[in-house]
Formats: sequence, structure tokens, C-alpha cells
Amino acid sequence: MISANEREQSTWAVDFCGISLAHPVVNASGTYDAIAARRVFGDALLEDFPFSAFVSKTITPEPRAGNAPRRIWETPAGMLNSIGLPNKGLEGFLAEDLPQLAELPVPLIVSVMATGRPEFARLVEAVGAREEVAAIELNISCPNVLSGLIVGEQPSETEALMDALRPLTGKPLIVKLTPNVSDPAAVAAAAEQGGADAVSLINTLKASAFDPGTGEPALAAGHGGLSGPAVRPVALQQLRAVSAATEIPAIGMGGICNGADAVEFIAAGATLVAVGTESFRDPRAGARVAAELRSARPKRLAAPVPLDLE
Amino acid sequence: MSAPFGRRSCEVSENRASAGYRVFSLLDPEGPQPAPGQFYMLATAERWSGGDGRPFLPRAISVAETGPAARGVRLDFLIEGVGPGTDRFCELEPGERVWITGPLGNAFSEPRQQHPDAAGAILVGGGIGVAPLALLRRGFSERGVPHRVLLGFRNREHSGGLELFCSAAGALCPEVRLASEDGHAGHRGYVTDLLATILAGDDARSGVVYSCGPPPMLEAVRSLCAAHEVACQLALESPMACGFGACFGCAVPRPEGGYLRLCVDGPVIWGDEVGPTAADADAGARERDLRL
Repeated sequence: MISANEREQSTWAVDFCGISLAHPVVNASGTYDAIAARRVFGDALLEDFPFSAFVSKTITPEPRAGNAPRRIWETPAGMLNSIGLPNKGLEGFLAEDLPQLAELPVPLIVSVMATGRPEFARLVEAVGAREEVAAIELNISCPNVLSGLIVGEQPSETEALMDALRPLTGKPLIVKLTPNVSDPAAVAAAAEQGGADAVSLINTLKASAFDPGTGEPALAAGHGGLSGPAVRPVALQQLRAVSAATEIPAIGMGGICNGADAVEFIAAGATLVAVGTESFRDPRAGARVAAELRSARPKRLAAPVPLDLE
Repeated sequence: MSAPFGRRSCEVSENRASAGYRVFSLLDPEGPQPAPGQFYMLATAERWSGGDGRPFLPRAISVAETGPAARGVRLDFLIEGVGPGTDRFCELEPGERVWITGPLGNAFSEPRQQHPDAAGAILVGGGIGVAPLALLRRGFSERGVPHRVLLGFRNREHSGGLELFCSAAGALCPEVRLASEDGHAGHRGYVTDLLATILAGDDARSGVVYSCGPPPMLEAVRSLCAAHEVACQLALESPMACGFGACFGCAVPRPEGGYLRLCVDGPVIWGDEVGPTAADADAGARERDLRL
């Protein structure tokens, strides 16, 4: 006999590329350091983990210190960042971070990025071989590292990268799309053609600001990526276009602050939604969005919303 | 001790003027007592976004004083209105609510944790940076740790928070010495002039210096202490979106390369943990981020 509560739980659970998730809200890569958060908040983080899967910060083959400050700048309803992918590199990640991330109570998705196909292949093989890892996200869209733009801007480059990586792992491969292209749906279709299991979008929008007090660029790198509610309508349109052009599931993100925002992304075609910048303002934002989505989600969203062809 | 997980809503119990600054108090029903040097991420529950969509991110503010409340603890914050977020804090009214996350970051350590023979402490504060030193001073006073306090201000307008260093009767505590750039109080000049005189004394090395203030002042304190081989702890400030290690925005260069994350590795840093330019690496010519 299944209780009403259990039935509610089971209907709330989401299958994502064969991974069973308790609810549809995950984190955006690079916006939550679960290891640091556990040091700050203790094991309460694990007892009340805000996300149904954890997406790691992007791992590169070699360690990176990240960009010189200044790295962040508040903008209207959002922020710019040029963090520069600081990470311990593949070996450091596998030895030091992965065992700690494996203690999280949710499936782990590891984000990886490299500047060339052989290095990308090394990351996917090494990370994919670890049983702690449920899926791999391919960061081909980070606007802060020049090389990231190249693959993600070109459908042909994206498909070629997928052709190289797809045979290396049986685990789901999620392609993180860059919004800084004229036709993200074409890149998404190429990723699907190359064997991607899912896409995630949007990454940050390439953007600049200047310090009005000095006239100097606000960020040391000169430019950065815009995130927060300011990007939400852009994200929703790109998600609509990508969903219409592909059959694979999409993780939708871009300025999601609450359950109503998440409803919009699901209406636009997302299977999962990701919370990014809002976690900076509220460390439990993921759990709040999930709870609000659960009570707000209209039943009619069971069917995908058709896209008007423009 | 861990901070409670997530943000919580706290009621404003008071907001009063202090020279050109404001001091507002929150009643935190569930949080632990913060330690000197720790900070909170703060955002008002209502109207935390003005006509131009800012403020958007919460603001990292050091706690200046704390004490027991009817339920939980009272938290006092010293605020200078320099941008859309701090301006909003300045206009808070009793009964309004503020989202807080914290206490976050590390704290100042006791002089004897640095070396067992430490004779005492020298606290050096400038402007709005006197805030965390107020709580530190009270702790030293209650525990009988010998200490001297040097506070510097640009002018009277920027001398807010002085009452946090006064006795219950309202008199400035006898161990406090003042400096002002305009000469309206104490030594005319920089607070680091006072520090230089003390450090030139014979027994300087038996003390530990604790400092918070504008980046050029912190750099002067750091280099003075380095020259006299005196240990110093600096409470730094850096652009911070989250306060719990998530955003990687608050990077401070390490002398040996790489970066500290000020929110989880600081905000209190030993002087030799930062390079000669780290204390003012972000500030450039500015004394303070005028956008907060």
C-alpha cells in the first residue's frame, strides 16, 4: 500500500538520463562549493542539501589559480564575474575533492573543460571511470577562458568534440551551451548529433562594466559573464529554441530566484532547472526553489509547450 | 562553531546616528554569539533593490558589538552609507527585517596564541574599520588582556563608532588614543604615526597588532609591523557575493602565488600571509568601494 506521501514523492522524483533525482532543482556549475559550504555550515548542509544533484566547479587538466581580482561586480539585478576557473586540476580533484563530494547525499555531476580534444578526452576518461560520478558536464561555453568559446561557438566543432568524447564513457554527457552565439539551437542540435545525452543552458552572457569613479574596466580581466535575474528572459528564449531543435533533455538556468521562475523554465522546455547566482544571496535557495516549484507547478506543464517558429 | 545553514530573517531593534555613520541592531533569535572579526551577509527583507536594480547582492558587514537579547543575541553593525546597499541599511527602521547569513569567516586570535610570552595587544582602527575592533577590545578588557587602542579618522564626520570604545559612563576608555587627519581630535595626522611611535619602543615585539581600516592604512600597518618584527592580524575587505566560499569573488593574492578566498580563509589574515601589495591590491587609489 503506497501512502499519499510516498506517491507524491514518486511523482515528484525526476528521471534525468537514467539518474533518479528527488526533485528537479540542481546547482549551476561554479556557483556552489559544497566542500567550503560544509566547513561553514557543518553537516546541516548534508542533512538539508539544497540540490537533487550536485554539479562540481569546472575541472581542468592542470591546476589553475584563477584570475587576478577584481573578479566580481554588481550590476542591475545581477552581477558580472571573471573568476577564471580556479581549480586543483584533474589529479588534485580526484585525490582531494572527489572523496569529499562523494559524501554528499545526492548524485554527483562533474564539470570538465580543456583546451584541446586529447586533454578533454583525458578528463572524460579519468572522471568517467570513477564510480562516485553519475554524469559529466562538458564546459564548452565558459566566456572567461578564450579556448572555451571556440568549440561552443561552432556546431561543427561541437559535434567533432562529441565524436571524440562519446566513445570514452558510458556515463551521461551533458553539454553546457554558451549563450554568446547567434544560434544556440544549431550548437545544441550538433551536440545531440554527436551523442550528447543532455544540454544545459545558459552559461553567463559576455558583458562589461566600467567603474564610474575611475573610468577603468570594473573587472581586472576587462570583461566577464553576466548572471542573475537580468539574464532570465534571454535564457528562456534560448531554452525555447534549443528545446524545439532537440529531443534530449535540457537543464535550464539563468536568473532563477524562486519557484515561479522555475515554472517558466519548465514551460520553456527544461527537464531540470539550475540555481546559480541566487545561491549567493540565499545558501538554501535551491531547496526553497524546489519547495516553491512543487506547490506552484501547474498541471498543464506535463506537456511541452509548442514553439512558434519565427 | 558552524553558522546556521541558510539565511534567516531578523528584526531591526534600533538604528541610531553615530557621527556621520549609523549603528543598527538586529535581534537574532537562533544564531550563536559571533567572535570578533566575524561578519554577516546582510540584505534587507524589503526594498533590497532600488530604481536601477541595485542593491542586488547581500553586503558583508563585520559585527561591531553583540550581547544577549530577550531571545537569542543582539547584533550591532556600524554602517557608512557609501552606495545603494549601505544607504538602504542607514534608513532601516525598528521593526523592519533583515536577511542574515552568519556568523561567517574566522576571528581574531588571542595574543598568546601567537606566542606564549605575548605581553599584550595593540589595536589599530581607521574609519569604518573600527567596527570589529570594538568587539575585540571589549573581550580583551573582560579577560584582562593588556591592550592599547589607536583609532584614526579623516574628520569628525568619519569618526562614528567612537562610543563603542567608551565606558558605560560615556568617557573614552583610558587605553584609547585618537588621531584625526583634520586635527579635530587627538594627534593631527595618521593613526599609523601613533603606531610607529609605539613600535619604536623597546618592548614592541612582545605585542600583537590587530588592525582594520582602509587598504592604504592596512598596508602601512603591515609594513610597519614587518619592519619591527611584530606579529599582526589584519581584517581585510574584498568584493564578496556570497560569504561562504561559493562565488570565488573575494580573491586576495598570496605572497607565494595563488589566492586566498577571504570569506573562508579570512577575513582575518596574518600580516605575513598577504604580500606587500595585497592589502591594497583591489583598492587602487580608492580608500573604499563607493558602490557598496
